[in-house]
Order: sequence, then C-alpha cells, then structure tokens
Amino acid sequence: MTVVPAGEGFVGLVRAGGTVRIIDLEGNQAADTLLYDAHDLDNRYSAFDTIREQRSAYLTTGSQLLSTELDVLMTLTADTVGRHDTIGGACSQESNVLRYGEHTRHMHACRETFLRTGAQVGIGARQLTHNINFFMNVPVTSDGGLSFADGLSSPGQYVELTAERDVFVLISNCPQLNNPCNGWNPTPIQVVVREPA
Amino acid sequence: MLVAHDVPGGAAWSVRVRAGRELRCTALGPDANLSLLLLRADDPLDRLNVPDTLKAQMSACVRAPMVLMSDRGIGLATVTGSSLDWHDALCGHSTDVHVAPFGLTSYQDVRNERRVSARAGLLSELRKHGRDRADLHGSVNLFSKVALDDSGGLARVPGWSAEGDWVTLRSEVELLVLMSTSIHPLATTWAPPPVRVEISEAPADESARLFRDESARALEQAARAVV
Ligand SMILES: [Zn+2]
Repeated sequence: MTVVPAGEGFVGLVRAGGTVRIIDLEGNQAADTLLYDAHDLDNRYSAFDTIREQRSAYLTTGSQLLSTELDVLMTLTADTVGRHDTIGGACSQESNVLRYGEHTRHMHACRETFLRTGAQVGIGARQLTHNINFFMNVPVTSDGGLSFADGLSSPGQYVELTAERDVFVLISNCPQLNNPCNGWNPTPIQVVVREPA
Repeated sequence: MLVAHDVPGGAAWSVRVRAGRELRCTALGPDANLSLLLLRADDPLDRLNVPDTLKAQMSACVRAPMVLMSDRGIGLATVTGSSLDWHDALCGHSTDVHVAPFGLTSYQDVRNERRVSARAGLLSELRKHGRDRADLHGSVNLFSKVALDDSGGLARVPGWSAEGDWVTLRSEVELLVLMSTSIHPLATTWAPPPVRVEISEAPADESARLFRDESARALEQAARAVV
C-alpha cells in the first residue's frame, strides 16, 4: 500500500491474477497510467487498439486493456466512478506550452514523472506511449468535439485492475494546474497491489 | 512537382520530406484508407502524438486546418486542406487479426497480391530506418471516418471517401513519413484502393496560425525545433 503524492510516480509489478487498486483519496485527481508486459516492454498498453476493439471511447468496468500485440494486459474489474479517459494522453512541459503558453514551460508535468519512474524498470522515452487517465473526464461528441471537463470522481472512489499476465503498472499522479482535470488542486492517490490468490 | 508516387492498395511506403513541402494524398478508388505515422527525420524519438494533437485542438478527429503535433510539442505538419472533414484518429491501424477474416495470404501462394496489414507494412518501413515496435505510436487514418455517438460508441462509416477525395499536409520540419494503404481495422471487406502521393513546394499557409492559439504555438515551436 503506497500513498503517491501529486507530482510523484509509482511503478510496480502486478503478477498474473493479482490486482492493483488505485484510490482517488480526495477526489477529482487524474492518475495517468501505463501498462507493460513485464517480460516484453514493447508489448505495451495501446489506447487506440483498446478503444477500437471495445468500440467505445471510454474505459469502465469490463474494459479489457489491450497491448500493441492485442494481448489483454489487464481487465478493469471494479470501477466506482463509471468512466475514464484514454484519448487525452499525459501532460508534458512541451504540450503545456502549446496549450497554455510559454509561461507554463517549467511547470512540473506527467511526462517527466513517467520517465523518472519508468527508468527503474527500463522504460525510457521510446517506450512511452498513449496512456490511461483514471478519474479524468474527457467527453467526445458526435460532431467530433473533445473537451477536458470537471472530474467525475469523489473522495475514496477507486478502480481495480486484474492482471492477465505479469504487468508493470507505471503511474504519474498528475501535477497539472492549468485545467480542471485535478480540480485545480492536485492531491494524493493510493495504490494497493495484491498478489494472486 | 518534385515527386509523385502511387502507393498500391494494401502496400506501405516511407519517404523523407524536407520542411516546407506539400504532400497531396488523393484516393484513387472508393473507401480508401491511409494509415499515417510521422517521425522527425533529425530526431526520430520525437513522434506524432495523436492524443496531444487532439486535446490541444479540442477535436476527436483530424481535419483541416489542424497541426499534427509531436511528443515534444513540435508542430510536425499542418493539415492545410481536405475534401473530407473527418479523418479517423482513434482506431490505430489494422493488424493481421483484422485482415484474417478476408484470408491472410502468403507470398508463396499469391506473390505480390498477398494481403498485408497496416501494422505489418508500417513496421516493415520503420525497420528500414532502424526503428521497430517501440517506435510504433498511434496513427491517423486518412480517408476513414469512425463516427462517435454521444455515449462514446464507435462505428466505422462505410464509403466515407470516394475516388478523387484528397488531403494536403504541409511539413513544418523535416519528416520521416510512413504510410500504409492497407484496410482500416474496422473495414468489412478487403478492397483497399491505391493512393497517389504528390510532393511539391508548399505554398504559404496561414490557416492553422489563425485557427487556434494552440495550433499557432505548435508552428512557433516547429520554427525553433533546432536552433
Ligand atoms: Zn498530467
């Protein structure tokens, strides 16, 4: 059981049949998450393969989180929120500059956390990919619109993922201050990894 | 015109393109698909980042005059125009699993008529440049539309593009452009038409700069990508 403050990262091995629970302790906090086959880092979470195969833009209970090889890395087996984003990607210093202007360049961002934390298990810039944003609300519309809306989660809400093979779970607890994805106030999350029964 | 090349249906191609070129892609038959990846030629670790492109420009698809943005916040290319107002950006690219229902075929049996998925084609092109699976990011599927409903459901629109439909891209930095004309992963038949790619000097274009502040900033960053 680990409390991950805002702006910090987590990486952990979840063995096949084990689970990881990510708890939004204070509500409305984005947990940017990547998954990797622990024995083949290039067989990694693929947002667009996952979206396409489930024919839905959002993740919720039952979503099978697929890899680039179309293997099920993890299944979302519990979700007290109801809907999570996997289109919006992670924040970076560079994308903050594009979205909010040059004055945000030196604000802390998820991509740095992914790189610093991922390095512990061999995940570098080449291995980074398009992530899941648990507890984040990015509605898309039939006319092709996309927006960052207020989060849907409240204190204590959680997701639980069951590993279908040995998986590295890499999390950046998002430090974004420039949009409502963290309710303008980034707060801690808790991560609980359980060994297979 | 500097280069014109017809990519046969179901094939893959890659080309290095200098900054300031126009790539005009034209469907040579109905229901085309062109799965596209972009890497910076001088720094291939900086790749087209579809999520960053969509969120910065508040769009769930690619359309003119959006700027296609990289992992490191560089405007790689501008979609300067298109006869279509929706190009799919959410469905990745076809794999052997998507080609299998139409019959995966071998070179031994059918020679160059064999059916190759977009992923196999894009990987083949990536490998020629010393790249591999680790470099395979989300692609854009030009000429394809996957409609969204208001609950987030997805359904491919058959027949979205017709012969003669086109899209133009302006390279903002020197690029490695990788493309496959294999089927869209949600296609229900195997009938990928060829796509003509014409590369020429790009005319000046202000459409993206005027479109959104985010698009304009991506072009500013492109201009100072290498100082
Ligand atoms: Zn973030």
